[in-house]
Amino acid sequence: MMETINIILEGLPTLLKGMGMTIEITVISLILAMVIGLVLGVFSITKSKILRMISTAFVDIIRGTPLLVQILFIYFGLPSVIDISLTAFSAGVIAITVNAAAYLVEIFRAGINSIDKGQMEAGRTIGFSYAQTMRLIILPQAIRRMIPAFVNQFIVSIKDTSLLSAIGLAELTLAGQSIYAANFRAFEILFAVGVLYFIIIYSLTLFSRWLERRLDVA
Amino acid sequence: MKMIEVNNLKKSFGKLEVLKDINMDVNTQEVVCVIGPSGSGKSTLLRCMNLLEEPTGGEILIEGDNLTAPKTNINELRQRLGMVFQQFNLFPHKTVMENVTMGPKRLKGKSQSEAKELGTQLLEKVGLVDKADVYPDKLSGGQKQRVAMARALAMEPHIMLFDEPTSALDPEMVGEVLQVMKNLAEEGMTMTIVTHEMGFAKEVADRVIFMDEGFIVEQGTPDELFDNPQNERTKSFLSKVL
Repeated sequence: MMETINIILEGLPTLLKGMGMTIEITVISLILAMVIGLVLGVFSITKSKILRMISTAFVDIIRGTPLLVQILFIYFGLPSVIDISLTAFSAGVIAITVNAAAYLVEIFRAGINSIDKGQMEAGRTIGFSYAQTMRLIILPQAIRRMIPAFVNQFIVSIKDTSLLSAIGLAELTLAGQSIYAANFRAFEILFAVGVLYFIIIYSLTLFSRWLERRLDVA
Repeated sequence: MKMIEVNNLKKSFGKLEVLKDINMDVNTQEVVCVIGPSGSGKSTLLRCMNLLEEPTGGEILIEGDNLTAPKTNINELRQRLGMVFQQFNLFPHKTVMENVTMGPKRLKGKSQSEAKELGTQLLEKVGLVDKADVYPDKLSGGQKQRVAMARALAMEPHIMLFDEPTSALDPEMVGEVLQVMKNLAEEGMTMTIVTHEMGFAKEVADRVIFMDEGFIVEQGTPDELFDNPQNERTKSFLSKVL
């Protein structure tokens, strides 16, 4: 027992560094993904056929291919045809962003559509533009309803970052692998890795429950 | 002066032609009630007047400005047209006061205190100043509709459009809403009202328009239309509702 604890404690600094990387890449990716998701989500409900097609094509392509393939494609595939060299970090951010965005588009679309169309009409009748009505009237109501779905996607994305170990990004999973590759204590280390993921995800869950309760009051 | 002028208006939804050739106008300070059976196109006509529905043909002039002309700024034009909906459509995430002051603050550049003063004045007018800080879900249907009127009036519109404003209300709340509308009419507001309240139309309207199957069948003063209808369809409709 003491030995198990010692092994974990020895690995902990490396694991915490990896956890930091996991959090960093998740936060950056999800912020970007929210922006893209919102923009493409609004595209998907506009009258413009072209904008709707862009949105649909993006969602279908990203959802229709495995994330691991996307990660490898961005990191190894793209640089072999176009003259860019991406660090594992930026390739990771791009892959997680694009992937999360595709799912967020659907959440935004469904959330916005769930608001009664009388709200848009009332806003427009007062004299607000489409964009103003969206921003002031539709989105504040829709986003409240979207929170559980957002959190769900955030959790999926946090776990998805473990796939970035495939391109050598030193996030939590790869940090774990690098330790047990040297000391062969896979059980202890992977157990610790699991606990650290759980801590991140459970904190997010608690935060979202608090947020939902707070917004319910208003 | 003609506040609203509708010329040869046509509107189809897919293959269904809802408005077939509508010509009408509304003069300054005139109260026009549009009546007719369900599906006659009266709500669609009203919704065309502020471009919630895009006309398929014809033209609509609001104070002389062509609604569908490319150079028309529809957001500016809609500020001159207040609209009240059957389903109220209050903003549930805003308080009563915020519902009323949002437009003047954001679109007319009114300061917080100016907007609040205007809001208080309008809520007094509709008898709901004590509800200023509550959210719409705490209001009865009649109260919601009165707030909706205050919200529309906050933009200081030149014309008010009402789309069956009492149809979603419990019977005991109809009176309070009609009373506010009546006051508004007496103050000289130009109003177009789609309604099933024949008693109200008779009492308040300057002119009543009877629509059926996408056409204006007959129009006239309330006395003419209700007491001495000329057209068979008008007679048959009125015999059912009066």
